[in-house]
Amino acid sequence: MKRGFTILAVLTALLLSFSLYAALVLAPTEQTMGNVQRIFYYHVPSAWVAFQLFLINFVASVIYMIRRSTKADIVALVTAEVGVVFCTVVLITGPIWARPVWGIWWTWDLRLTLTLVLWLIYVSYLVLRRFSSSSQTPLLAAVLAIFGALDVPLVYFSIWFFRTQHPAPVIGGGGSLDPRMGWVLVSNWIAFMALAWLICWTRYQLEVAQRAVHEAEAMQSLMEGAR
Amino acid sequence: MNFLTVTRATLAKDIRLEWRSKDAINAMLFFSLLVVVIFSFAFDPTAEESRRIAGGLVWVAFLFAAIVALNQTWARELRNQVLDAYRVSPAPAIPLFLAKAVGNFIFVAALEALMTPLFIAFYRLRPLGPGWQLIPIAILGTWALVVNGTFFAAMSLRTRAREIMLPLLLFPLSIPALLGMVNSTTAILTGETSPAFWIALLVAYDVVFTTACLLLFETVLEAE
Repeated sequence: MKRGFTILAVLTALLLSFSLYAALVLAPTEQTMGNVQRIFYYHVPSAWVAFQLFLINFVASVIYMIRRSTKADIVALVTAEVGVVFCTVVLITGPIWARPVWGIWWTWDLRLTLTLVLWLIYVSYLVLRRFSSSSQTPLLAAVLAIFGALDVPLVYFSIWFFRTQHPAPVIGGGGSLDPRMGWVLVSNWIAFMALAWLICWTRYQLEVAQRAVHEAEAMQSLMEGAR
Repeated sequence: MNFLTVTRATLAKDIRLEWRSKDAINAMLFFSLLVVVIFSFAFDPTAEESRRIAGGLVWVAFLFAAIVALNQTWARELRNQVLDAYRVSPAPAIPLFLAKAVGNFIFVAALEALMTPLFIAFYRLRPLGPGWQLIPIAILGTWALVVNGTFFAAMSLRTRAREIMLPLLLFPLSIPALLGMVNSTTAILTGETSPAFWIALLVAYDVVFTTACLLLFETVLEAE
């Protein structure tokens, strides 16, 4: 367990530093946008990682509803927390790029609004977990995660009705990307995945330990009460 | 116990309680009156552009006011352990939820019926599109608010600071419904576009979340 963690940590550090170098030096400068475009190598992988984590959160919540397993609950908690962090990175790096390129910080376009709404839903998920202080917390959180997942397609269609300003998705969106940029993007994506995995793993262990401590404390106070 | 009997009994009890105390409806009325007056000072209500924002103002006022009714839905049942009694009784959970949701629907609809003339007078509203369509929009929109609101009020019972929790849970999820209500109302008031898409969206929202609430309510009620 500990060895696996060390290997993953070293691997993540190597991947991240290589991808940083690739994004800042190896990737060609974009013709019209210039160096500002390089933020794309952080923005897009963060978005992919955040959406993947939210997807895992939904799956774990459904598993919790069916099996009531503590493991699934901890996975849901951890992926929601780390997902919100990555989603925040997306929402911060986006405007930094948009200001010089579009001339505006923010626009109410499909992808931007959807990401913001997702972020809001998952923040409310974390608020619920924080404010609910009983054994039913995992169940309530799982129910909210399922409601959030039901909400996403509805939000999508409601905003789809507006004109869209965001660049078309790079993969599967018909947009063309220079292959020299493509591999830098993929390399950054793998590095960000490794980082997210590393953080989730650590947070998972921490949560398991924390719960064990709480349980031990509760047992101890029971024993003292019995004496 | 019969499904309809339980629904009717619970609904009748809630309406009788509200009829005698008038707690929720009075608080909601005064609250939305305050919102209307404050908005009138914040924006020039007689300007021609106010037609474009009126749809948003109306629904935001109703959304905030509905929180008052939603918050006391279950809080009332906590006193004297009524909810615990309900849990151990053989009555099924779904009729209880339906009765509460329909009760809230009636309270919020009454509020809307009383407040709409005031809005029309203050903002000099006259629909340029097909005005009768505002009625299905009001019904669908109100149901969208109260069905999830009733469900999340039951969920926030088990949290600290539950009165604050309800809007925090409800508002993010209500964004598509709110978009539907506001845009369809604006489409009718300005008469520029067709509200058909937004009405379809509201129907989809209502169907999806009513189903989800009915399926998951028992789990939330029995959670202990």
